[in-house]
Amino acid sequence: MAKVLGKEVLRSDLIALKVEAPEIAKKAKAGQFVVVRADEVGERIPLSLARISPEDGSLGLVVQTIGVTSSKLGAMNVGDDIADIAGPMGHATPIKNYGRVALLGGGFGAAPMYPIGKALKEAGNTVTSIIGARSADLLVYEKELAEFSDQVLVSTDDGSKGFKGLVTDVLKQEIEANGVDWVMAIGPAIMMKFVSLATKPYGIKTFVSLNPIMVDGTGMCGACRVSVGGKTMFGCTDGPDFDGHLVDWDLLMTRQRTYLTEEKVAMEKYSCSCVPSAK
Amino acid sequence: MAEIKIPEFTKEEIKEIRKTRTAMPEQDAKARGRNFEEVTIGFTAEDALREANRCLACKKRDCVSGCPVEVPIPEFIALIKEGDFIGAAKKIKEKNPVPAVCGRVCPQESQCESKCALGKKNEPVAIGRMERFVADYERVNGGGSSNGQVKKPKPSGFKVAVVGTGPAGLVVAADLAKLGHEVTMFEALHKAGGVLVYGIPEFRLPKAIVQSEVDGIKALGVNIKVDSVVGKLYTIDELLGDFDAVFIGSGAGLPMFLNIPGENLNGVYSANEFLTRTNLMKAYLFPEYDTPIKKGGHVAVVGGGNVAMDSARTALRLGAEAVYLVYRRSMEELPARKEEVHHAIEEGIDFRLLTNPVEIVGEDGWVRGIKCVKMELGEPDESGRRRPVTIEGSEYVIEVDTVVMSIGTGSNPIIPNSTPDLEINRRGYIVADESGATSKPGIFAGGDIVTGSATVILAAGAGRKAANSIHEYLMTKVKA
Ligand SMILES: Cc1cc2nc3c(=O)[nH]c(=O)nc-3n(C[C@H](O)[C@H](O)[C@H](O)COP(=O)(O)OP(=O)(O)OC[C@H]3O[C@@H](n4cnc5c(N)ncnc54)[C@H](O)[C@@H]3O)c2cc1C
Ligand SMILES: Cc1cc2nc3c(=O)[nH]c(=O)nc-3n(C[C@H](O)[C@H](O)[C@H](O)COP(=O)(O)OP(=O)(O)OC[C@H]3O[C@@H](n4cnc5c(N)ncnc54)[C@H](O)[C@@H]3O)c2cc1C
Ligand code: SF4
Ligand code: SF4
Ligand code: FES
Repeated sequence: MAKVLGKEVLRSDLIALKVEAPEIAKKAKAGQFVVVRADEVGERIPLSLARISPEDGSLGLVVQTIGVTSSKLGAMNVGDDIADIAGPMGHATPIKNYGRVALLGGGFGAAPMYPIGKALKEAGNTVTSIIGARSADLLVYEKELAEFSDQVLVSTDDGSKGFKGLVTDVLKQEIEANGVDWVMAIGPAIMMKFVSLATKPYGIKTFVSLNPIMVDGTGMCGACRVSVGGKTMFGCTDGPDFDGHLVDWDLLMTRQRTYLTEEKVAMEKYSCSCVPSAK
Repeated sequence: MAEIKIPEFTKEEIKEIRKTRTAMPEQDAKARGRNFEEVTIGFTAEDALREANRCLACKKRDCVSGCPVEVPIPEFIALIKEGDFIGAAKKIKEKNPVPAVCGRVCPQESQCESKCALGKKNEPVAIGRMERFVADYERVNGGGSSNGQVKKPKPSGFKVAVVGTGPAGLVVAADLAKLGHEVTMFEALHKAGGVLVYGIPEFRLPKAIVQSEVDGIKALGVNIKVDSVVGKLYTIDELLGDFDAVFIGSGAGLPMFLNIPGENLNGVYSANEFLTRTNLMKAYLFPEYDTPIKKGGHVAVVGGGNVAMDSARTALRLGAEAVYLVYRRSMEELPARKEEVHHAIEEGIDFRLLTNPVEIVGEDGWVRGIKCVKMELGEPDESGRRRPVTIEGSEYVIEVDTVVMSIGTGSNPIIPNSTPDLEINRRGYIVADESGATSKPGIFAGGDIVTGSATVILAAGAGRKAANSIHEYLMTKVKA
């Protein structure tokens, strides 16, 4: 059981929760994740750590509300209890001085980039954070990333703020202009795929935090199978970080769609029970 | 408590009943293939009394030598004969702390019952069924699992950590708590019970029974910390700092795959995932419960052990139209309990024996079929079993939507990797001696993490031995 200590709505579909988990906070490192079960009938879902605060025994999570579990979590309020939280799972992101690093966070992905970026900065890197959205009002985490980044570059599809275009375009410009030694991307598979494709011609090492469907998060079920460099690995125990140039992206995206039909059924039922008048 | 009427059989009658085992009532095969309720209904008191009268009360006690923990079989049967069912349960518990579980899941036909003297001419005494009956009787009429002993022992001042809440860990915790040690259990999942809750299905081992074992252990004062992955949240060395001894009973939970093409297609599950979604996460009650699973269609299960039988019969209960069990050897070599094989056949599982999968065929990322070759049995291999060899040109495809890989499990590397000086064998299992002692002082291990995937009773037996040696170890330790 973990108590919700704080809540902030970053955007209608992105909710930041501060959760009481002193033992995990003591152990967790940037890049690791937790497995969360919202309530007694809940599914176990993995969530990356957006904040690790051993000093007050809390963890920060940022959920993108896309299905039942993320919506249940997003609907929680300060004082509510999350049924289960287990971790820290997976390996930490390898932090060292790579030189000039570029960090790309898409959707919820900017949030877990925070502890990783901060650690990279402390390790001596020059940090460029790149975030993007459809339009200016959908951008999140700019302020937070600016706390430690040497620069935060912004792109929007409609040009309402920063560069007009995609984050990958911004990344390419940065590579051409200033040079980049190491790249990390966290976000939707499609975004991580295109970041990896963008850096490949330059031969820049690119880390990605993969998000396959998981159950236990401890290497017991194999639901999280991913293919990296032609080898099957477990996303939870071998990852979540992998070399983006070696990932079989199509497999990841196909496997993420395994329960599309069931997720719709579950979401309909959940929406009905939440909003009884909505028919 | 209902009045127990002790039957008085004549000599002739006894001779007659000795010929055949008392049948155990069970759900109709057709009906049960569509529900998750327990298949076998269990003996009534009359059934148990009849069966007890079949026992010859042999001096040689061959049956006892067939039981890995040497349950005093003739003695507990004698108590049943007198109508003292609770006494019988207590008698069993002198050696086996989890009879309600073992009575249901032990492979009796290759253990206790295989050695029964009566079995030489007639059918062997139904030891397992009686064991289950008295344990269930005690649970209902005797105030819960008798692991929950009322009198609290004097605290010893020692603290023991138990990692894993499968049968091995549960037995260690119960035994040590009864000796007055302060026990804390750590479980990676959100529910205690190990394979008994996440693996073995409800229709074979109702979760309420496992829960009563867990409750009994809590009643002894044992603290169970779920959601605690040892090796991640705390290392074994850190536990050794806070506790006087550590027992590792983390099981053999790493799923194996065949490494054939198509194994990552959507619709291919490990048995662990398929069963965990169903049992632990209750996906069979989706969408009441949030966790989904692919239901219905045609399903192939690869393997021939208990896990494969459980997966096949689970698929059926999830609504599959056809379930194929693909196994590369023949009926005789099936390692599953005979009763499960028998039940699976009755329920209509389609056994494709001497058949080996070579590829999983897909379309748009989804499973469409499983390509198999036929096998024949050749010369015996090192294990003494005849080795299956491929029949050239025998390839064919079984059309299925779901494939469940149930070809065994290995050792999860989280604990070994985070405990560098703990000795591990070539296959990744922890090296421990008969008493459960590992290469590291103060650290004990037992159950599947030492032996590889085995049985509940072997894990429970290892737990009991380890508890004894942990107690001895603690008693030699001088507390400052
Ligand atoms: C290591 C890791 C870290 C993650 N970190 C975050 C994070 O910080 N914030 C965030 O919002 N999301 C994160 N995700 C993704 C998040 O787990 C899924 O969005 C979530 O499971 C959706 O559950 P749902 O019930 O709300 O939606 P559903 O309707 O069940 O699913 C929507 C989609 O989410 C994915 N998904 C569903 N179930 C799971 C599951 N058990 N495990 C993984 N993916 C699943 C599938 O692609 C599915 O199509 C992470 C995933 C991984 C593997
Ligand atoms: C589907 C299935 C059917 C079976 N059928 C039978 C049968 O009919 N008869 C029979 O006798 N045997 C059967 N078995 C085998 C039997 O269940 C096992 O041999 C037995 O459960 C092993 O007990 P254990 O205590 O060693 O480990 P487990 O029962 O595997 O329990 C280990 C526990 O440790 C936890 N754990 C693992 N790693 C960590 C960690 N790092 N930190 C904290 N906790 C951890 C796990 O989550 C788990 O709860 C079956 C097994 C399966 C999977
Ligand atoms: S524990 Fe298992 S093997 Fe031993 S007597 Fe009971 S059923 Fe038979
Ligand atoms: S061997 Fe069979 S008949 Fe003899 S005591 Fe044991 S159970 Fe009874
Ligand atoms: S989530 Fe089960 S093995 Fe990775």
